[in-house]
This record gives sequence, C-alpha cells and structure tokens, in this order.
Amino acid sequence: MKVQNREMRPPRSSRAAGDAHVAGSAVLSVAGLSKTYADGHRALDHVDLDMRRGEIFALLGPNGAGKTTLISIVCGLVRPGSGSVRVAGFDIRSDYRETRSRIGLVPQELHTDMFETVLHTVRFSRGLFGCAPDEAYLEQLLRDLSLWDKRNNAIMTLSGGMKRRVLIAKALSHEPELLFLDEPTAGVDVELRREMWALVRRLRERGVSVLLTTHYIEEAEEMADRIGVIHQGRLVLVDDKASLMRKLGRKQLTLHLDRSLDAVPRALEHWGLHLSGGGAVLEYHFDASDESACVPQLLRELARTGVEFTDLNTRQSSLEEIFIRLLEADR
Amino acid sequence: MRRAAFPRFNIRGVRALYLFEMGRFKRTLWQSLATPVITTVLYFVVFGTAIGDRIGDIDGVGYGAFIVPGLILLTVFTQSLSNASFGIYMPRFSGTIYEILSAPVSAVEMVLAYVGAAATKSLLLGLIILVTASFIVDLQIAYPVLMLLYLALVCFAFCLAGFIIGIWAEGFEQLQLLPMLVVTPLTFLGGVFYSIDMLPEPWRTVSLFNPLVYVVSGFRWSFHGSGDVAPWISLAALLGFCTLCIALVWWIFRTGYRIKP
Repeated sequence: MKVQNREMRPPRSSRAAGDAHVAGSAVLSVAGLSKTYADGHRALDHVDLDMRRGEIFALLGPNGAGKTTLISIVCGLVRPGSGSVRVAGFDIRSDYRETRSRIGLVPQELHTDMFETVLHTVRFSRGLFGCAPDEAYLEQLLRDLSLWDKRNNAIMTLSGGMKRRVLIAKALSHEPELLFLDEPTAGVDVELRREMWALVRRLRERGVSVLLTTHYIEEAEEMADRIGVIHQGRLVLVDDKASLMRKLGRKQLTLHLDRSLDAVPRALEHWGLHLSGGGAVLEYHFDASDESACVPQLLRELARTGVEFTDLNTRQSSLEEIFIRLLEADR
Repeated sequence: MRRAAFPRFNIRGVRALYLFEMGRFKRTLWQSLATPVITTVLYFVVFGTAIGDRIGDIDGVGYGAFIVPGLILLTVFTQSLSNASFGIYMPRFSGTIYEILSAPVSAVEMVLAYVGAAATKSLLLGLIILVTASFIVDLQIAYPVLMLLYLALVCFAFCLAGFIIGIWAEGFEQLQLLPMLVVTPLTFLGGVFYSIDMLPEPWRTVSLFNPLVYVVSGFRWSFHGSGDVAPWISLAALLGFCTLCIALVWWIFRTGYRIKP
C-alpha cells in the first residue's frame, strides 16, 4: 500500500457543498440518541457525541457496548430510536440522501460480492452513491490501495487482507467526508495493520473525518485525536487522547534500593510509598496530572533520610489500563 | 439549516443496482434462459403436438396454440418469483445488503431497480418462449400490444411478490417454499392446459377461487380474443394483486421488517 503524502483532492461532497467544509465544525452530531431493539435490549442510552471535521475519533468499548449500533444508525442500517443524528448539518431521517452520500462505511465482516471483479464492484459502489463515473479517480484509489494490479480479478480469488482493501476502496469510491471503520484491523496481520494506520492518516490529511471502532487499544493510542469510551450503551467519556492520558493516566516511580528496608521510614510516610520485592524496591504511584507529586522533592527527602538506591525507572499507565479502569468504575 | 444538494431521484444508484442484477443474469445466462426454454419446448412437444392432436380445438383454437399463453405464464410466474426473491435474498444472505441500505437510495428506487431487473429478465424469457412456440405451433395474436402490456404487468406483479418472498425468507428452503408449494400447483390448476369451462361442477366454481385463473385467462384473451372470464375482470384481479404487493412492500420498508432492526 502506498503511503506517500501527495496532494489529493478533498472529499467530493465537501467540494460540492462549498460552505460545508469549515474546519472545526461538527461533521457528526449525535444528541440524546437511544435505541432499544425489538427483543428489549437497550443498545444505546442517551448518547451525545460531536465529532469534529477532519479528526480521527476512536470509539472504544467491549463487545455489545453499542459501537456498531451507533455506526449502523448513522449509516441507515438500523432504525434510530429517540434522539437526533446530524451529518454535516443534515438530519439522518429527513435528509438521508445528503447524510448517506457523505458517509463511507467499512464493515467489520468481509461482505463482498465474491463473483465480481475489483474494478466492477468499486464502480458499482460509486454509482450506487449517485456519483458520475470517474475512472481516473477510481484508478488512483485502487493504486493507493495496491489493488490496481488486481482490478480484473474476481474478489473470491483475493486474500483476506486484499478483500479488506476492496471494502475500503468501495467505501471511498464516492469520496465521502466521513469514514466509518468498524474494527478495521480485526484479524489482519501486523504489516497490513500498519499500512491501514498510514492510510487513515492520509485520509485525514485529505480532509476526511474518520470514526473507528476498535478492540485494539494500541490502535486508538496510535492514531486517534480523540477517544470515546462506550459501555452498556452509554458514552462514558469523550476526551482528547493527550488530555485523557494526562488526566486519567497514572505514573509509577520504582526505586531499586541499595539496602533492603523493613518498613518505610517515618519521615517519608506522607508520600504514601509502598515497599515490595522483600523491602528491596520502593514504589511511588501518583496521578500524571498531580502537580504536588514532585519527584525531585521525594528524591531529596530520600537522600536526607539516608535511603540510597542503585536504579530507578518511571512508567506511565497505558490507554488500555485507563480503559479497563473506566469500565470497572462504570460497573 | 443547510440546503440539500443531492438529486431528488438517484438515477445513477438505480442504474447501478439494475445493471448489477442484469450482470448476474448474464453470468448465469445458460441457467437463466436455456433451462426454462427447454422445459417449455418439452411441454409444447408433449402436450401441444403429441397429445394435443387427439384433444381437438378449444373455443375454436387448436390445442397447441391454446396452451401457449398458459405455458408462457407458467414460466414467467416461477421465474419472476425465483429471480426477484433470489435477487434480494442473496445480499441479505451474504451481508452485502449493508451497502445498499447505507446508500442514498430510497425504498422506491431500490424496489424499482431490483423488481425492474427481475421483471426485465422475466419479460425477455416470456418473449423468447413466445418466439420458440411460434416455430412449433401455428400462432396468431389477436391484440399484440395489449398482450405485451399485460405480460409486462404480470412480470412486474410477480416480481414484486418475489421481492417480498426474498425479504421474508430466512433460508433457501423458504425461498422455494411458496413458489413450489403454492404457485406451481395453482398455475397448473389455473387453466394452463385447459379451459375451466371443461371442468364439471363443483370444480369449475372452485377454480374461480384460484387467482391465477384470472391472470391466465386475461393473457389468453389477448392471444385468442376469448378467455374463462371477462378481460376487465382479469385486469382488475391483476391490478389488485399488484396493489396488495405494493402495500406489503411499503409496509416492509416502513417497519424495516427483516432488513432494518
């Protein structure tokens, strides 16, 4: 997959709408959205979400949390319950043609017409979304996704990774403003996963907003500008990734002591230190955002108390740990 | 509030879906065309010539020519139901319907494309059988334009019914259930091979409860100028069936029955 950064045109629908392409405005606006299925399962419970134009938004949540239901409602695959959803200012019910023509969807499952060729299926998708034929654009798209050489191959002859690229090509065939990637790297190898991350970044550079759902926290940590955590149908948290890491992240300072201690010295008790490793390791846990957690001051007090160490290291909790803590707190 | 820019009718979307369905028809050309044509020719050979010569004229029409409209409809009924139901069932089965439902295509456009493509196939098939029959039996068509319009309406109505079956079916068995268990027997008992006037009572009266009697009779009238019931009754029955199917399709899309939870 080619990932070079070259000049590419912005999404078709943004160009057509003209005034729609305003940086920073909400490309997706969800307000009070709830959905209860016929069997009584409440999949979404008063979800509010504004997605900024041009951002990569990662929606995290365990299985059955409501991620796919949310995407499916926006795309028109599931009927909405109460609440409203707007895409680029258009309502998904009354202006569904406007909203759907602006959205590209890459589903989690490899749903393709196996007997069709790559080029035919991408042409079909472009026409289905009401776009005039544009062979030059489709050629460029297939070349970008390393599919051009396979354009005349039946989809059933392609590998799983290639089929996933075909789904991405279909989703991008009508030049959408907003791309939904539902578990885009589920079951793909490491190399393809890296290539897809690079592709998503290139799409953002072109002005495409991307909402991805993923189980791989590493993926969200690597790519997302903002992160939303959904659990049991409720959007538990939405924040900038950096801010989230800063606010909810925990840090740990570990000191390997020169001599083992029986207990934490009385003079250091107010730091809340913890002895481990048979008294040979001293640990200090603190919030990443806590300004009073002054490590140099701790080190000075350690020296004054006569506690010496041979090595030290610090570690910041990962997004995965933050995610798990959030879910546990929500239970 | 932003002003909408997307066309009110997604003609490109309809065209893409229609051509996709016709492409499937092309890929399975042998299966789609040859099988029903060969089967119908065999019917003509057996009933029209081998047995027909011993039966004599019905309503002043030779038996071979008499069964032509019924045999055309026999194929058109089954192929319309089969093509239209398969056309919408396959994307449901394979999961590719996600793309159609997420596209800026209205319910009317979706039905136009799917039912239109299936009806085109059925119409072509009916006309091919007609041409084939004209080589085997001496055939004259009293009202050719009405015959074509009526055939097109039959194709449309039964393709609509097939579309409904394709939405309703939850497996390949159900896809075949109604066509095989209901439509085929009703067609055979609907006056394809005989005039219901030839039946003794009470079977003649019972036959009048078979809706396909009216459809076959109307088509036969366009060929021979005579039928089991008046042509306007046949047309009314067919239009009533169309209306019922349209109402069901409207309900399906309104409630999302089996396509949108």
